[in-house]
Amino acid sequence: MTPGLAGLSATRIAAMVRAGEVTAVEATEAALARVGAADSELHAFLEVTRDTALAAARAVDERHARGGDPGPLAGVPMAWKDNLVLADHVASAGSRMLEQYRSPFTATALQRALAAGAIPIGRTNMDEFGMGSSTENSAYGPTRNPWRRDRVPGGSSGGSAAAVAAGMCPLAMGSDTGGSVRQPASLCGVTGLKPTYGRVSRHGLIAYASSLDCVGAFARTAEDLALWLSVVSGIDPADPTSTPAEPGHTRRRQDLRGLRIGVPWELNGPGLDDEIARVTREALATLTELGARVVDVALPHVPHAVPAYYLVATAEASSNLARYDGVRYGLRRGANRCDAMITASRSAGFGPEVQLRILLGTFALSAGYQDEFYRRANDARAQLTADFRAAFAQCDVVWSPTSPVPAFPIGSRTDDPLAMYLCDVLTVPASLAGLPALSQPCGFTRDGMPVGMQWTAPAMQDEELLDIARLFESHTDHHKRSPTP
Amino acid sequence: MNAFTTVIGLEVHVQLATQSKLFSPAPSSSLGEPNSRVHAVDIGLPGVLPRPNATAIALAVRASLALGGEIQRTSRFARKNYFYPDLPKGYQISQFDEPLCRGGSVPLGDGRSCRLHRIHVEEDAGKLVHGDIGTMVDLNRAGMPLVEIVGEPDLRAPSEAHAFLTNLREILRGCGVSECDMELGTMRCDANISLMPAGATEFGTKVELKNLNSPKMVQRALEYEERRQAAILAAGGRIAAETRGWNDEAGESRPQRSKEQAPDYRYFRDPDLPPLVIDDATIARERGAIGELPDARRARFRSHYDLPDYDVALLTQERDVGDWFEALVAEGIAPKTASNWVMSDVLPARNARGASMATFPVEPRGLAELLRMLDAGTLTQVAARRVFAHMVDTRDSAADATRTLGLLRIADAASLEPFVAAAIAALPEAAAAVRAGKERAIDALKGHVMRATKGRSDPVLVDTLLRQSLSRG
Repeated sequence: MTPGLAGLSATRIAAMVRAGEVTAVEATEAALARVGAADSELHAFLEVTRDTALAAARAVDERHARGGDPGPLAGVPMAWKDNLVLADHVASAGSRMLEQYRSPFTATALQRALAAGAIPIGRTNMDEFGMGSSTENSAYGPTRNPWRRDRVPGGSSGGSAAAVAAGMCPLAMGSDTGGSVRQPASLCGVTGLKPTYGRVSRHGLIAYASSLDCVGAFARTAEDLALWLSVVSGIDPADPTSTPAEPGHTRRRQDLRGLRIGVPWELNGPGLDDEIARVTREALATLTELGARVVDVALPHVPHAVPAYYLVATAEASSNLARYDGVRYGLRRGANRCDAMITASRSAGFGPEVQLRILLGTFALSAGYQDEFYRRANDARAQLTADFRAAFAQCDVVWSPTSPVPAFPIGSRTDDPLAMYLCDVLTVPASLAGLPALSQPCGFTRDGMPVGMQWTAPAMQDEELLDIARLFESHTDHHKRSPTP
Repeated sequence: MNAFTTVIGLEVHVQLATQSKLFSPAPSSSLGEPNSRVHAVDIGLPGVLPRPNATAIALAVRASLALGGEIQRTSRFARKNYFYPDLPKGYQISQFDEPLCRGGSVPLGDGRSCRLHRIHVEEDAGKLVHGDIGTMVDLNRAGMPLVEIVGEPDLRAPSEAHAFLTNLREILRGCGVSECDMELGTMRCDANISLMPAGATEFGTKVELKNLNSPKMVQRALEYEERRQAAILAAGGRIAAETRGWNDEAGESRPQRSKEQAPDYRYFRDPDLPPLVIDDATIARERGAIGELPDARRARFRSHYDLPDYDVALLTQERDVGDWFEALVAEGIAPKTASNWVMSDVLPARNARGASMATFPVEPRGLAELLRMLDAGTLTQVAARRVFAHMVDTRDSAADATRTLGLLRIADAASLEPFVAAAIAALPEAAAAVRAGKERAIDALKGHVMRATKGRSDPVLVDTLLRQSLSRG
């Protein structure tokens, strides 16, 4: 079975719909058919919103038929992570706590994509509240990697990554707090963008760690991600941390010659899987053949990044998740005394990883420990941000592998939280510094699993990343390979 | 009691007079059906973010400037974390170690003042309603904009706490920051009180008092607590650090919670909100909006209008009333005359109608017209007050109201003589008494004429005519 229409890029589908070569309904039906054929095995979707999708597709076609502009994402089937809310639809963040929760409003990023003609085909599986690196922490069961069914897709946006990798849709939205778009993109062999913090509104993104959360996306080409970013980014009155796009960053890079690639040894040292090391070294060699120049840079505070990340993220999460108390919405257990009800609801509604992180974060913020943990973590964060600033004085972009390991077997790391947390070692530095970062396919392990490389740029230079990734794609075909169904 | 020095500090929450809540577009009114004044932000739905209300911030800046505080150009919002069913997010957005304002003071009315420690912005919680079917949550109040004004422990008597609150209220109402109504909860006060041996410098163990719903109640609760602590200390006992709730009907306080049980709020900067930056333009604009502070206005009314203290106090209690008085004077009315009319006629009429000066049916210009008629002798003092009441009821002009009521003064002898004759005929004994030299008896005859003319007759002319008639035989 071939993906057919569903296997085309978002840019191509939108162009065809806009040119009248295909209708939005046809594009949507092709995607839904592909989901129907592939997802029973993969479990990328928690819900396929067939009726909503077809209604949206008909609306796009009608608008087009009346002579209106169907939008830059006209007819593009799009999935979204279960922590982005869509009005009148369930948004559960992969948690029992919100199994029945329906949002009365739509996330700004989702709203902008839909207003541009994107078709919402379904919400995708994720680690509960974004807490995980394998999608095994979903309350609704794991998602399988389309390249090998016994492997994880990465996480926490594993459902969105798998949906794009399996050709179920050309575009899927996710969120990235410490690597939750980039790492699954790497493990599933697709391209994933974490924009600069604030470039895409967080309004309607169910919070995990507010100072780190970014709405991101997956596609099979950098061009598609550039199209997506142009549609969803920009200031939003509903998110006081959102930032306007700065004019003047649209200078498009025409080739890779002279590109100064900063390679920090801290992100390329020991601890990398041998195959990851081999494949990414070959990619770096390709880049230099294309005229890029490798510059040694130092990010000396990277060793503090994982502990700092887990302190900051869990501290914020302990506060962000306090609203799930069974009082107003969400799961409720026990009814005699209010405090007992809150305890019972939270014990029943949250899975073990979420409870663990809430406890960690509560501890990190508590009196007598805040200086030792939370404050020091923020200090490390500031130092790491300064490291990047210094590095960018010497290079245009920072380069590294995205994940230290390829997709690992389902169940192989679930007993060891620390081993799981180390999956994020290469992605959390950019998160802590609020920088744009992108993962793109750069080769395959000997046993055929995809490997991604990560680009990190100065703040607001998201378009620079997308240009570099597009130019690498134009000389390679790793991104064109798809898993055998 | 003199064996101890009392030390009191107040923490006052004031609700800012905005149209919408601190972080949501919901209307800032706690009235209405329960949970009818709520937005997704106020319920803490998944995915919502706070949206700071610029008007609330501006009013907080204005309050800080009016109290002489030092605005911190960059301050931060922080989360105060605790679980309670009326707290939708499981945390309150407040300010912690980086408040909007430091310092400032509140005058106590006798030339002294109480220093302020800080002023910060925060959101209110909802409230629990205990009913027959159990306890219910009403979130109308959740997210309402507040400033918390933290006083230094400078107060030395319960009466000073009362003065602090009345002066604070006067200042903040005067510059439009808040209605500051303690009974309606737009101003709330917690009081800390401790006693130390007279002459000591180290404060004693403090007790916090809650549930204080008026300045008088604050004073009563502090007086009770002062006596209670003095009795314990005099008997050699120790004061427990605790929070006590005041029961005004019983006239006593009861322990609510000991300080050992104080929760750890795990304050940290709210990552959803950028730093709160106050620019020069905001400060200049809000400083301009403060207008004249009550102390300055009192001094000006005393010296500029040469009014007695009693008049000054009454006219400056509300800014609108003082403005109305000044508008009347600007119409050319003598200050003392204007003051008398505002105090004895305008304010009672306004209060009876429950109106504000802005909606009061008579404008200063209208009353000035009436007072000029009075001054010209067109009508009498008694008639003028009736005309004013009619103007309030009908919004008629002074001239129209006078005509409608038929109250033009009767000041010609020919018109009054029949009334004088009728009075003498009706009260022969009084007439006889006057003729017999009893001066006071003439009052009864004058009263008869006044009643018969509905107060319109010129009293001097009536007196002359009566005496002429009686002397004639």
